[in-house]
Amino acid sequence: MSDSPSRHVSLRSGVYGDSVKLMQVSRDVGARDGVSAVLVAMATPLNLELAAGMGLAPDTPASPDQLLIGVTAVDDDVLADAVDAVDAALAARERTGTTTDAIPPRTIGAGLDAAPVGGSVLAIVSVPGQYAVAEAADAIAAGRSVLVFSDGVPVEQEVALKRAAHDAGVLVMGPDCGTAIVSGVALGFANVVRPGPVGLVAASGTGAQQVSCLLDMAGVGVSHVLGVGGRDLSEAVGGLATLDALAALDADPATERVLLVSKPPAPSVAATVSSFAAELAVPVRSAALSPETPDLTAAVEALLADLGVDVPAWPARPGDGTAAPGAVLKGFFSGGTLADEAMLIAAPALGDIRSNTPLRPELDLALDPPAQGLSAPGHVVIDFGDDALTVGRAHPMIDPTLRLEAISDLAARREPAVLLLDVVLGHGADPDPAHSLVPALTAARRSGSLPVVVALIGTEGDPQGWSRQADALAGAGAAVFASNAAATRHALDLLGASA
Amino acid sequence: MTLADLLSAPPAVVAAGVDVFSDALRAQGATVADVEWRPPAFGDAADLAALALDPRRAAANRTAVERLMAAGSQLVDVRPAREVLDLPDRTLLHSGPPLTWETASGPMRGALLGAVLFEEWAPTVEDAEQLLASGAVTLDPCHHHRTVGPMAGVTSPSMWMWCLSDPVFGGRAYCNLNEGLGKVLRMGAYDDEVLTRLRWMRDVLGPVLREAVRSMAEPLDVKAVLAQMLQMGDEGHNRNRAGSLMTLRELSPAIVAVDAPSSDIARVLAFIGGNEHFYLNLGMPTAKLALDAARGIPGSTMLTVMSRNGTEFGIQTAGTGDRWFTGPAQTPVGLFLGDYGPEDANPDIGDSAIMETYGVGGFAMAAAPAIVRFVGGTVPDALATTERMYQLTLAENPAMAIPIMGFRGSPTGIDVLQVARTGWLPQINTGMAGRVAGTGQVGAGLVQPPQECFEQALRALAEEARTA
Repeated sequence: MSDSPSRHVSLRSGVYGDSVKLMQVSRDVGARDGVSAVLVAMATPLNLELAAGMGLAPDTPASPDQLLIGVTAVDDDVLADAVDAVDAALAARERTGTTTDAIPPRTIGAGLDAAPVGGSVLAIVSVPGQYAVAEAADAIAAGRSVLVFSDGVPVEQEVALKRAAHDAGVLVMGPDCGTAIVSGVALGFANVVRPGPVGLVAASGTGAQQVSCLLDMAGVGVSHVLGVGGRDLSEAVGGLATLDALAALDADPATERVLLVSKPPAPSVAATVSSFAAELAVPVRSAALSPETPDLTAAVEALLADLGVDVPAWPARPGDGTAAPGAVLKGFFSGGTLADEAMLIAAPALGDIRSNTPLRPELDLALDPPAQGLSAPGHVVIDFGDDALTVGRAHPMIDPTLRLEAISDLAARREPAVLLLDVVLGHGADPDPAHSLVPALTAARRSGSLPVVVALIGTEGDPQGWSRQADALAGAGAAVFASNAAATRHALDLLGASA
Repeated sequence: MTLADLLSAPPAVVAAGVDVFSDALRAQGATVADVEWRPPAFGDAADLAALALDPRRAAANRTAVERLMAAGSQLVDVRPAREVLDLPDRTLLHSGPPLTWETASGPMRGALLGAVLFEEWAPTVEDAEQLLASGAVTLDPCHHHRTVGPMAGVTSPSMWMWCLSDPVFGGRAYCNLNEGLGKVLRMGAYDDEVLTRLRWMRDVLGPVLREAVRSMAEPLDVKAVLAQMLQMGDEGHNRNRAGSLMTLRELSPAIVAVDAPSSDIARVLAFIGGNEHFYLNLGMPTAKLALDAARGIPGSTMLTVMSRNGTEFGIQTAGTGDRWFTGPAQTPVGLFLGDYGPEDANPDIGDSAIMETYGVGGFAMAAAPAIVRFVGGTVPDALATTERMYQLTLAENPAMAIPIMGFRGSPTGIDVLQVARTGWLPQINTGMAGRVAGTGQVGAGLVQPPQECFEQALRALAEEARTA
């Protein structure tokens, strides 16, 4: 501490405060340690006289319209802090108990304005895709990360958003991002999984759900699940959010290992991501689906080996029924990544599988109008969550109508088949999917021989409860597996076409 | 780094869109605030996205609103319009976007006729009408001359003008002197009573004010008066009572010291003291200085002008320079003087919406509970109006604090993009002129701009953003 006190005197024009408010500011700042005198007042003759008596008279002529700020403190640091405190007190907004809170925010920007300052706040945007970008941009401008659930966001808008987010030091999750778990809070479609050391970066929503659920069943928890959007690892987007998410998990003390879950990335992006990951302190394992590595369950098992954790017997329930001769695979999925995984595993055994999200373009079922494509003969895998099938309706994890119609239609056609389904549990999903599925399956099986295999993605902790749903579905004769890969292989067994 | 913040603790969530996710978050015990989102009221989705993603926008809007808020306003002189504006003879300024005699409304025509008679460009009303119809008098918007005018805003060469200066950015802005209430030129009246008052203002009031203002040791800080008015029950557009009294207080010592007959001095003081809107013509150029300081900022979507000529409503933005975007002026809703009723009211007129563009007037409605009922509402309505306007604006102006809102700064800097997204149009407090030329004021109330202006501005801003 220096012997001579430090002194600040300034005059400001264009700032007016009533005397009561200014007296409060003077009193509050004066109560700070090391502050010996404070006068914050309009520079009226009376106040100038007071200031002179306190040794705080301004050096320049003052007018009553000006605000006088005078502070004396033990040293320059305390003084600077005290002057900052005056500014903060002048700017502070009093809360009123009037109707001012009655106007709800209409934009994410206004919503974030009203949110508490500081702490962890993030935005979720699930408005129609064409309007999502303005809401997401609000979050970025406010320095907040955002999860864009909306689909149909043009890719150039996605790139612009993610660049802006990177520059602002925040993360854009999505767009078309089904899942995230941030510090235990599940956003969008996500399962109730235990906390733990594994961080997931997911360019695939249901892929991340499969992985986090299997980890949970093996007793391993997740720190965070950061969904980066299905296109993030494409050439156009270049992994912008993946790189930022990896960096964030690297800096996160709760994360000890990272698993990167995706569909096959563009080769150049894959190279960028792996060289970036190699520089990080946290070990990063990739679970990118491809013809060579078609199996998310295998990726989870490899990660468990890394952790020295035994692979459990993945839960399952036996089903009944046998496939008729010449039966084909009908995969009706709500999760795009689960559909992809099923096709990648089944194609080597079955040959070509037609789909609305095909492995090769020539296998595309032109779903326009959708109804005809949905009833195409032969091996078919449909992703009911694809944009073309969700126009004007909720995601099939919420609204099962379209898939239930397809099941009843399949039974009515009497094409010999094995029906492979996914049922995804967790927050945001249908609160009781078996409730509508069991009668549909019972009716379908009654009309002929239709063995049903279900990949049931979820945990015991989910609101729907894995076992409760599994038992209900098994009661309708379906074989149920916690692993989508296992479910697919069981369907191939039934078809006599094991890979 | 904010990204680290993201993972540091369970987040609170602000959500826009389907409520299934908010419900799921609540079921987990998370803190969720729902946005009452709705599709934008207007604007092509691609245009909205182009603006939302324009990398210049955030900085440009910050610059625009910071310049708006930083600008000051000092009363430096009082001079005739002829000298100040270098007006060619036979030119009349009017409020709002450009217009012609043919498209002019009743009160605008009345004010133009009155000004022609006052300037003695024609001896009779009939001659004045012929002169104006012949196109021999040039009509030009006030806004094209760093000028604003309330109601018809008609400013002729012999009228005296307040001359204001911005000590921060060096701008200048001008406004004629307020005539008072009732039968006045700006409301479209032009009878002998009106013309006699204008002559007295020309011959006595103007010269006295000039001498008084020039004699003041320190120029009057007009912005500081506006800031104090908001603490005293004025909103600076439809209620200027405290501001007018403070102006009288500040000017009186200098007025009394002017070398003029004491009867003139007495009348000047009585005239100012008897006019509750005397300050308006100082507040408007104060706002004009601030908004002119925010002109010409590429990428900014902030309004720099809202203005009406009795036929059309026009706006300009910081990102599109001097270009007008116009739509048909709406008729205000409110209360009427005497026997007048809605059918007597002219569509919206006057440059005074510059006050709302600046963030006071209707935007600071909560500051003026005393007039809330006069403009047809309750105190909670006033609070709600101001609260809504926060969602249209870029900043809270700390210099313009609203006591009842916890001294929150007034909502300042209207963002065209926010208007589209919220679907809320700016709220304007306004006087109402009689539809028929010569009537004068018939009431006061509330009005909004036509959405068309904002649709055009949004399109133009998006076009500019794409080519930038």
